[in-house]
Amino acid sequence: MIEARGLTKRYGETLAVSELSFTVQPGRITGFLGPNGAGKTTTMRLILGLDRPTRGTVTVNGKEFRQLARPMQEVGALLDAKAVHGGRSARNHLRCLAEANNLPLRRAGEVLELVGLSDVAGKRAGGFSLGMGQRLGIAAALLGDPAILMFDEPVNGLDPEGILWIRNLMKALAAEGRTVFVSSHLMSEMEHTADHLIVIGRGRVIADCSVADFIAGNSVQSVRVRTPDPVVLVNAVAQAGGTAVADGDGAIVVQGLTAERVGDLAFTSRIPVHELTPDRASLEAAFMELTAASVEFRAGAPGGPPGGGRAADSGSEPGPGGGEPVRAGGVA
Amino acid sequence: MAATAQVTVARHGGVPASGGRAGLGGAVRSELTKIRSVRSTYWTLTAMILVTIGIGALFSFGHAQAFSQLPAGQQARQSAASIAHAADYSLFGLILGQLIVAVLGALTITSEYSTGMVRTSLTVMPRRGTLFAAKALVFGAVALAAGLATSFASFFIGQAILSTQHISTTLGHPGVLRAVAGGGLFLACCGLLSYGIGAMLRHSAGAITASIALLFVAYILSNFLPGSWAQHIDKWIPFNAGAAIWENVSAPDMFSPWAGFAVFAAYTAVALAAGLILFRRRDA
Repeated sequence: MIEARGLTKRYGETLAVSELSFTVQPGRITGFLGPNGAGKTTTMRLILGLDRPTRGTVTVNGKEFRQLARPMQEVGALLDAKAVHGGRSARNHLRCLAEANNLPLRRAGEVLELVGLSDVAGKRAGGFSLGMGQRLGIAAALLGDPAILMFDEPVNGLDPEGILWIRNLMKALAAEGRTVFVSSHLMSEMEHTADHLIVIGRGRVIADCSVADFIAGNSVQSVRVRTPDPVVLVNAVAQAGGTAVADGDGAIVVQGLTAERVGDLAFTSRIPVHELTPDRASLEAAFMELTAASVEFRAGAPGGPPGGGRAADSGSEPGPGGGEPVRAGGVA
Repeated sequence: MAATAQVTVARHGGVPASGGRAGLGGAVRSELTKIRSVRSTYWTLTAMILVTIGIGALFSFGHAQAFSQLPAGQQARQSAASIAHAADYSLFGLILGQLIVAVLGALTITSEYSTGMVRTSLTVMPRRGTLFAAKALVFGAVALAAGLATSFASFFIGQAILSTQHISTTLGHPGVLRAVAGGGLFLACCGLLSYGIGAMLRHSAGAITASIALLFVAYILSNFLPGSWAQHIDKWIPFNAGAAIWENVSAPDMFSPWAGFAVFAAYTAVALAAGLILFRRRDA
């Protein structure tokens, strides 16, 4: 378990993270999300004691990282696949890490086997591709068979096979009861892997909830309908309390009503329906909307946040205001 | 979904439940593996040994040649002084050997920063004082062993060359063993001084430049000081203080061998202490 309380880090004039408080629970994958520059890596560096917090505390299993008796057996971390001496072979890299924590040397071979690098164990790490480097970093993290694993942007730059491999690995690790804490700036990635989300923007926690709650609480759902008699449908929708807008493609986008409700309305209005598609906003859209106000560097392109969530007088959804903390319940 | 990775991270007793707190012993073994598993260690040490021996041999050869061309009468008068300096001649290569061991000392820590390895090292051993000490102990031991081998090899090869003119000395002569063993101590100290500077600067090129400036450039510049200043300042120059231990005949205005070495060791201690303080305090 990782616990941050009021964690704050300032580098000179830059406030990297501010008053972060969160708990990473065991037995599930906690996604740590935020746009680039939000403070994800800084937070992980603070957890590992690489940087000292300006204020606040962060503990691992109740202790400061520096106090852990055998750090590798409690926390395995992959911060950066390049944090390896390129002149050292993969096997020797792992050996020197194992020795530092009095781990049996055969572990080096075991984890190399696990990540599929046995064939290149004697090769110098400097010649490894990015994907191999990531695997070596993961091998190092698994060396001490730790109960907590942290991965910083593990799928960055990987090919689809590598991405799938890491996803499955993280799921298997969480299923074994371990704490998995993984950062990403890609919402779509988290949608596939994470059980729980901690979203940060500009160094602040802006959401801490389950993935399902995050989507439900931060996006507006819509329904695409295609009918030869749009006027009747638009009126029916308006009477039922929804909004309907033509999407310019001959279809109508309805907000504030479920797909079932729209289908029933069409039936009672006796108009044919050629398409009825519930358009569930993706995590990506919800994330963009939530962090729109907290992106540090934004291209000056016009156009609102994707996902089209702003329109709605749907009433049922709480307005996702930019920096407002969103704490959906259900921490399970 | 393609094939799911079959993961067994070896909960099944892959790692013994406890082996005590990770401490200096493990850190020392880890650093020993680190220093042995990169080629730069071997290249640098080989360069140090060859350059030091080579220059000592060349210097001894030059002196033997010069001696052989003296008229017989002058040879007789010169012989005793030549024998007194015989150890110094053969160890003259240390003046360049110190620079090479300084490179290795700096790289011992700066390569961790240039490669990013330091972040990995600190997540497996977050107690920074322990990591710093383990590195210093391992590098210091390697530098001392290589330094002693270099110094003794230089001595024996130099003496073999000087003996052709019967102006060689032996380890049994007063002060000679101290000078030759002192050469090894001197090299180890140069390396550790540079290691401390490396910890302060965290940058290979910067740390190597700073060490060479301190060990070599300061010594050269000191030769241009006005005589009245030189008398008081020269002996405090790091190279002059450190070299006192391997110069069998103390030059005037210089420290005695052990006093000079103590001054040099004190400089090294200051560099190590400053490096340790910064290593502990700074964000990695």
